[in-house]
Amino acid sequence: MNGAGTLFADGFWRNNAAFVQLLGLCPLLAITTTLVNGLALGIATTLVLIATNSVVSLIRGALVQSVRILIFVLIIASLVTTIDMLTNAFFHDLYRVLGLFIPLIITNCAILAQAESVASRHRIDRAALSGLATGLGFAAALVMLGGLREIVGSGTLFSGMEFLLGEVARGVYLDLPYDGMLAAILPPGAFFGLAVLIAARNYLADRKKPDPARREAAAVRQ
Amino acid sequence: MADRDRQGLRAILVVAVIAVCAAGLISASHEISAERIERNIAERLMQSLHEVLDPSLYDNDLIGSQVQVIDPDLLGTTDPVQVFLATRDGEPAAAIFASVAPLGYNGAIDLLVGVDAEGVIQGVRVTDHRETPGLGDQIEISISDWITGFDGTSLADPPLPQWAVTADGGRFDAFTGATVTPRAVVRAVRDTLVYFDENQAELFERAAAEEADATGAETEAVPERVRALVADGKLRLHRTAVPGPAGAPLP
Repeated sequence: MNGAGTLFADGFWRNNAAFVQLLGLCPLLAITTTLVNGLALGIATTLVLIATNSVVSLIRGALVQSVRILIFVLIIASLVTTIDMLTNAFFHDLYRVLGLFIPLIITNCAILAQAESVASRHRIDRAALSGLATGLGFAAALVMLGGLREIVGSGTLFSGMEFLLGEVARGVYLDLPYDGMLAAILPPGAFFGLAVLIAARNYLADRKKPDPARREAAAVRQ
Repeated sequence: MADRDRQGLRAILVVAVIAVCAAGLISASHEISAERIERNIAERLMQSLHEVLDPSLYDNDLIGSQVQVIDPDLLGTTDPVQVFLATRDGEPAAAIFASVAPLGYNGAIDLLVGVDAEGVIQGVRVTDHRETPGLGDQIEISISDWITGFDGTSLADPPLPQWAVTADGGRFDAFTGATVTPRAVVRAVRDTLVYFDENQAELFERAAAEEADATGAETEAVPERVRALVADGKLRLHRTAVPGPAGAPLP
């Protein structure tokens, strides 16, 4: 049965946008210097995904095949612009951290891929759920990569939490007895970190019982 | 054929309707947020100005009394530099320069330099930079208090030759592994002080003139000296809008 659970697992794990589809790498690699940055962009991306998936699903009856990509891009761009302005107005401190990256969400191919492969073919509830799952999967990837790079690169974790939770959270971060290795914060560190996480995910996925089709494929290869 | 025409027409119609809806959505959210965004930016600006100048030292409207000056040699950029002029009981109290250190390791470093009327630094902050994280970024107050080392300095203290990093025989520390960045900042702060020293009188006259101008006085209120400076292109006279935050949005 192609139930809600399957749909969720698909977006979150089996077809994880960052680790399996390798989509949306531009924001993924650019922003993940700390866990909090990753979390914030993950939340923003999730919201955008739910919104775009819902809207695309709502108008799927009116879609015209030849111009569908144009329509998707129009919808994604206008929703992201709206979120950009609202964050700037109502969460200004957060905006100062993420401001540069919110427009980058538009270039996140994972969103276009969701619109094309899921939202334009499913009812709104399914589309929104799939958007949520994909968004959370992407957010989890951002958080893990951000956390990994922050620990290795600066020897802290959760720094900058006050941007998300307000002044109460200032100073609530771990300061490890280690100065950090600069390379992890620099762009190459993002690629190394991503590679490590993809390898870890593949290891976990392979340890689970492989499905029959795969076993067969493996047998044929042997 | 007619079928294809209908398809094309439908495509145009659908795109048009969605484009109109998208435009409507964006203008609605602009309507909701524009005023708050402007207020946030102004508040942010005030906050950063107060980091380099104690609010108790002046009593005028800082954002309302700013001028733009151009001096690529001393202020580090060919673009106009914002100068906020603080007065107290109508007397010149301090100036805040949005000057630029052009020789950072990865390009220009944007600064705010607060100088009081005696030429003593009240505070310096970095507002934007692209220095290497973990090395050059110690110029940021959130990472190290190095930048507060400028507080209380002036052109007389330390004497001019000592306005350099220790590696160059000066009085300001450099960071381990990064000399270029602090050298650029020290030099920019020194040059800003020199500029202030040379132009202090004109700056305050100009601010006063503009204030008079804004309150509806005749343009003749602009002093002759200031006019001469405007004529050689050293100063530009016009009231400016509140500038955006240092990190400009994506193009």
